[in-house]
Amino acid sequence: MLYFAPWKTALIIAFAILSVVFAMPNAFDEETVETWPDFAPQQRIVLGLDLQGGAHMLLQVERDSLVEDRLEVLRDDVRTALRDERIGYTGLSFQGEAVQLRIRDLDRVGEARTILDALATPVESFTLGQQSPDVTVDVSNDGLARLTLTADGIDARVAQAVDQSIEVIRRRIDQLGTTEPTIQREGQDRVLVQVPGLDDPQRLKDLLQQTAALSFHLLCDEMSVDEALRTRAPAGCELLNSVDEPVQPYLIQSRALIQGDQLADAQPGFDQNTQEAIVQFRFNTSGATTFGQATTENVGLPFAIVLDDEVISAPVIREPILGGSGQISGNFTPELANDLAILLRAGALPADLTIVEERTVGPGLGADSIAAGEIAGVIGAIGVLLFMGLSYGLFGLFANVALFVNVSLILAALSVLGATLTLPGIAGILLTVGMAVDSNVLIFERIREEVRRGRKTIAAIDVGFREALRTILDANITTLIAAVILLQLGSGPVRGFAVTLAIGIVTTVFTAYTMTRLMIALWVKSRRPTALPI
Amino acid sequence: MAFALIKLLPQQPKLRFMAYRNWAFPLSVVMMVVSLGVFGALGLNLGIDFRGGTVIEIRTTDGPADVGGIRTQLNQLQFGDVEVQSFGNDTDVLIRIEQQPGGDQAQQAVVERVRAELGDTGIEYRRFEVVGPRVSGELAVAGVIAVLAALGAILVYIWVRFEWQFAIGAIIATVHDVILTLGLFAITGLEFNLSSIAAILTIVGYSLNDTVVVYDRVRENLRRYKKMLIDDLLDLSVNSMLSRTIMTSVTTLIALGSLFLFGGEIIRSFTAAMIWGVLVGTYSSIFVAGPVLIFLKLRPASSAKASDSAEEPETAATSDDGSSKA
Repeated sequence: MLYFAPWKTALIIAFAILSVVFAMPNAFDEETVETWPDFAPQQRIVLGLDLQGGAHMLLQVERDSLVEDRLEVLRDDVRTALRDERIGYTGLSFQGEAVQLRIRDLDRVGEARTILDALATPVESFTLGQQSPDVTVDVSNDGLARLTLTADGIDARVAQAVDQSIEVIRRRIDQLGTTEPTIQREGQDRVLVQVPGLDDPQRLKDLLQQTAALSFHLLCDEMSVDEALRTRAPAGCELLNSVDEPVQPYLIQSRALIQGDQLADAQPGFDQNTQEAIVQFRFNTSGATTFGQATTENVGLPFAIVLDDEVISAPVIREPILGGSGQISGNFTPELANDLAILLRAGALPADLTIVEERTVGPGLGADSIAAGEIAGVIGAIGVLLFMGLSYGLFGLFANVALFVNVSLILAALSVLGATLTLPGIAGILLTVGMAVDSNVLIFERIREEVRRGRKTIAAIDVGFREALRTILDANITTLIAAVILLQLGSGPVRGFAVTLAIGIVTTVFTAYTMTRLMIALWVKSRRPTALPI
Repeated sequence: MAFALIKLLPQQPKLRFMAYRNWAFPLSVVMMVVSLGVFGALGLNLGIDFRGGTVIEIRTTDGPADVGGIRTQLNQLQFGDVEVQSFGNDTDVLIRIEQQPGGDQAQQAVVERVRAELGDTGIEYRRFEVVGPRVSGELAVAGVIAVLAALGAILVYIWVRFEWQFAIGAIIATVHDVILTLGLFAITGLEFNLSSIAAILTIVGYSLNDTVVVYDRVRENLRRYKKMLIDDLLDLSVNSMLSRTIMTSVTTLIALGSLFLFGGEIIRSFTAAMIWGVLVGTYSSIFVAGPVLIFLKLRPASSAKASDSAEEPETAATSDDGSSKA
């Protein structure tokens, strides 16, 4: 156990030095590190949101809203498909997660079945890994038809909505100009958004939660707004309120002339005549054509600009708009116009998102936590080093050198792996400092014991190491198991703790096996001791 | 460098740990019963991680905070159970608001209304945490699963590496520590949150680490001293690991003590639980894990039965015995 081949000695020393070098950038501030030459490692540990301040939001894609949207589309599809074939039906309605209707003409039930069957589209199935329909169509011979959304179909839609939401959220947050936000899928139907160093979480929340679905609609002229309010909106029309106070109802056609997904650009600006804040928009080529056509056909009529089911404004089309660009005005403040432009550029969210968890830490608290962590770390480490030195003398010094390398290794590993250091993570490192000396203590105590049993000093050291290492492994693997399971549970702060604890256990066993052993081996070789210093 | 404090500890303590079980076991049982009793009667002071709700930390920038005034202001908002307390020093205030009826959206409104009520002048909003009902339920389940999974995995590991008695003994000692830690939370009313789960799992790891070190020595001595009575063998094992157990506990407590005193308010309950856990874990690996092996009949208690093993004792063992008496 005490013989090291020269190359092994060199390797261990080189590794120790390297770990210190890679941990180095963390001891300096960012500006200093940037001035270092290129070959020097410059990667610093990423600080968690609790240390540098920032916002952590967990958003959930609302499955129910997706189901509702899909049901509405399905109902419209059924209506159109049966009308086109002139098949009569009654009682078209929603039943839970299904659309239900009754075919009037029993002779045409077979034909209706074929038409309705065609409405199902295949989706990737999560359970079977193959294609399955998103709707099951069931038409009985007495004319009762039921189109039920399948679990696979809904799951596929949720997954798709999460992907799209991540894209849209990324585009929106990029506009805030913050550094390195994290936006990722969490579980099946959630999106985790982490934005470091953000002063105003409210603005972020507003950006995240607004669907930003823009559309242009003609007004309904089938009945007056008052009449619709008294009774109900006629088929194909709906009542929407204005954004502006006092709230004013509009009766608009459900079918949009054109929708926001056709936008190529949107920018905030000011109206040259009124100096009012506005949003200027431009459609893409196909959108411009559609818009041009629609405005040509409806000159003189009012149309409503609708954002998230509220009417922003309802101007009259004075002339055909052929260039594909226009402007939206609606008593905006400049900041509101700016945010609306951001939302329009980034596109609409495919579904409602709800914030189910929020953790925001201000930069002041973060800085305080770093300071507290540093003070606790330094004092704790000095305490442990002093205690070890006093307890074991020369061997204590060896243990302390090993401990220094150990902590360097942890910091280097965190820097290189790009792991995040949180306040509980600092606690994890400090706990490792406390427990790391354990492996050295085990070795030293075992050596003392072997001497007491009558072994010669060098033989005692040799046997002591061999016996103690087995114990060290057994003992640390149990703690590692606990750490790995914590990592799996891993939400935010707990994961930060588990990461440093797990890394710390590995480096602890490693340094005990290499550093402590090498130092004692070199000492034995040079001094040929006949008595232990402990 | 001949100076070493460790020499102050008795070189070969001969404490009769197994005899102490006559009071250690009843003590442990009483402590566990009290812990479970208080836990059952009062429950845990669950934090928002598991109960849902809102936590807001503020700091007044113009002199000490008026905790009573803030409480009166917030009570007007009628959020139900609102706790306002001083947090660490007289300018920092922690506000806890219970989960509001009306799902996840309703929780979000709380933050906005509190900000509107307290205003932005003279107040620095240092932290907002809002956990909705869906997430808090999942976190609670995940926490329980994590602790059980950790216990299960460790049980299997020890079972594979040792004999089954050791696995059972280790689990009894660990469950003992977990129950006493839950008791600490229940009795002191310390907030129980996600980091408390982390603390419990670390205590599990630490306590097992201690227990495994002792067991490792027991296993070794079982091979070495084939005829020794189990009581004596366990005493010998615990005694020879005693200085290690003390050293490691002290260094860990130094590190944790520093965290407790200087690490800030946010992780104070976490470190408090850990300190308790280290104390309890050390106690249990000596006074619970060892004696439990006697009950599990690791080796017949009478030497007559043990002597039917025909193998010769190892030579190293006899010489060791001789030297230790010198």
